[in-house]
Amino acid sequence: MSLLVICDHDRGTLSDASLEALTFGRPLAAAAGLEMAAVVIGEGADAAAAGLGAHGASTVHVASHPLLTDFGPEAWGETVVQLVRGTGATAVLACGTDRGNEVVAQVAARLDQPFVANCRSVDPTGDGSGNWTMTRVQWGGSLLEDATLTAEIRLVTVAHHVVEGVAAEAPASGTMVSFVPELDDALARTVVADRVVLTRGITLSTAPVVVGGGRGVGSAEAFAPLEELAGELGGVVGCSRAVTNNGWRPHSDQVGQTGTRIAPEIYIASGISGAIQHWVGAMAAKNILAINTDREANMVTRAGHAVIGDLHQVIPAITEEVRRRRG
Amino acid sequence: MRILVCVKRVPAPGARINVTADGQTVDAAHLGFTTSPHEECAVEEAVQLTEAHGGEVTVMTLGPVAAEEQLRYAASVGAHHFVLIPIDDVDWDPQRTASALAEAIAAVEETNGAFDLILFGNESADAGGFQVGVRVANHLGRPIVNGIKGIEIGGEQGGELDEGVATARREIDGGFEVYNVPMPAVLGVKEGINLPRYPTMKGRLASKKAVVDTDERTVEAGGQVRLRLHRPVEQISETVILGTGPEAAPAVVDLLEELGVLS
Ligand SMILES: Cc1cc2nc3c(=O)[nH]c(=O)nc-3n(C[C@@H](O)[C@H](O)[C@H](O)COP(=O)(O)OP(=O)(O)OC[C@H]3O[C@@H](n4cnc5c(N)ncnc54)[C@H](O)[C@@H]3O)c2cc1C
Ligand SMILES: Cc1cc2nc3c(=O)[nH]c(=O)nc-3n(C[C@H](O)[C@H](O)[C@H](O)COP(=O)(O)OP(=O)(O)OC[C@H]3O[C@@H](n4cnc5c(N)ncnc54)[C@H](O)[C@@H]3O)c2cc1C
Repeated sequence: MSLLVICDHDRGTLSDASLEALTFGRPLAAAAGLEMAAVVIGEGADAAAAGLGAHGASTVHVASHPLLTDFGPEAWGETVVQLVRGTGATAVLACGTDRGNEVVAQVAARLDQPFVANCRSVDPTGDGSGNWTMTRVQWGGSLLEDATLTAEIRLVTVAHHVVEGVAAEAPASGTMVSFVPELDDALARTVVADRVVLTRGITLSTAPVVVGGGRGVGSAEAFAPLEELAGELGGVVGCSRAVTNNGWRPHSDQVGQTGTRIAPEIYIASGISGAIQHWVGAMAAKNILAINTDREANMVTRAGHAVIGDLHQVIPAITEEVRRRRG
Repeated sequence: MRILVCVKRVPAPGARINVTADGQTVDAAHLGFTTSPHEECAVEEAVQLTEAHGGEVTVMTLGPVAAEEQLRYAASVGAHHFVLIPIDDVDWDPQRTASALAEAIAAVEETNGAFDLILFGNESADAGGFQVGVRVANHLGRPIVNGIKGIEIGGEQGGELDEGVATARREIDGGFEVYNVPMPAVLGVKEGINLPRYPTMKGRLASKKAVVDTDERTVEAGGQVRLRLHRPVEQISETVILGTGPEAAPAVVDLLEELGVLS
């Protein structure tokens, strides 16, 4: 009996998320008395599969089929279902990325089994009567839920960034086994037809500095000084939902539960009140500097540092001081 | 085109989310309620698609009777038909929710024919189970793709333009994937696909007169059971106030230097 870990990769390079799933899966499999197996799907899967023994997978299933060359949620889900049936796996785990959650949801729907998404911890000894217990994330991380899972085949994802992906202390054999599922041609309907790359430099999710603006900025034009400061610091501009709702900035700039999660060295949050849905997207920042006229604003009380004042005066003054010191 | 959108009524918390004493649900005593943002965008997308291609939008929710408020809001921004699947105070697990929705959709389709498109949110704003849409699509035997931030009607199929295909764009890091999904199809939509309109006065008036159909469903519970909700432990640190107004700039830049972001 095994725990099957779904590993995602980009043309042969394993994603960090997959390493997180394997790292989370090792103690889980051990506690559940299961062998840990992995599945890698699609073009480049061979290359991605090669290193998985080091991450604790005893068997690595390499799935290939003409319909699996690019991502397709239905074809991927069906492949995992056939593998579960063929190998007698009793649990499936993936990392809770958009793709991970979607593929496991496909597996769940096809097997008609429950699926618990975005767990922070899973206890397979659970309530003592064979049910697993877990703590999962709600509200994009603002709230936790303790739950029990009663199922023949346990389907879970681990919330992204809960663990860091590290190699196993004791590597497993990582025996590669090829697997060719039987897929209906009709599943081509949800396979990626085209891929468009918009090459940009630093993105909001990877920028070392994010200068954020909220409703307090007041207009689209008034973001110019924030752009200037961000440019000076090699960073990018982010914003709150109040800003995107007003049409001042594109949604791709939005930080938060329904926007982007950021993790910069410093987040300068100006004119943002710090609603919980904004905060969950910003809380991974190593440092937060709030600029707000309201000393009691949630963003101010939660930030490590704050300046009390009008952002329209404070931001240009910071830019000027940066330039002055650089000479 | 006939489009169905499934929306969920969720509380709209402010600075923190409080949990009821029994740990079973979010304490909404002092909160307003709203439609999950992804789904608000799904309603807007459906209305825009029917404005461009003709047709009608139906909005369905499973929730307490009070969820009629979210259906009427959808009416105020241009949706046409409304279905409420009433449940008791206790929310249903995702499997059960999906089965009830799928049955109710099948019932509407039996009389009126299949919806060309069914739109879901990528995930609900509260429980965030990432699965109801996928389960419903599977029940109905239809294709589904999640994470969609762009929809166009008409797409390539077998080298030719086909009006029966929905072309959907999904955002990935640094670009997007394109899917050509034959309709009837199901798509899970994300906020950012559009900028939802605000209700007009005319829309508000129309929403008061909108007819909400009620469809009761009894289905079995699934295998995920909630024990309790609790807030994550937060590390609360004292905020260092660097100063007031533009005079604080030197202190800010000292901090930036210290963090090494000035290089
Ligand atoms: C008091 C209480 C008790 C609960 N107990 C349990 C429990 O015991 N077990 C459990 O698993 N869950 C429980 N829940 C949560 C559960 O009700 C889920 O919220 C629900 O099943 C839908 O799943 P989801 O929100 O994860 O949807 P997701 O899968 O994240 O939703 C995806 C999309 O599906 C659609 N959708 C989701 N829900 C609805 C709906 N109700 N109506 C119309 N469309 C919808 C939306 O378009 C949404 O964007 C409880 C909630 C409360 C408040
Ligand atoms: C389910 C759900 C999901 C959501 N997802 C997100 C999300 O992903 N991201 C997000 O941001 N929000 C999200 N929201 C919305 C969120 O709840 C808040 O409404 C939003 O973040 C508020 O934006 P804001 O802080 O810019 O505006 P406000 O709350 O209006 O705050 C404005 C702030 O600016 C300050 N201010 C005003 N003038 C000045 C000035 N001249 N100088 C300095 N300070 C000034 C004020 O003191 C105040 O603190 C979501 C909401 C829900 C219900």
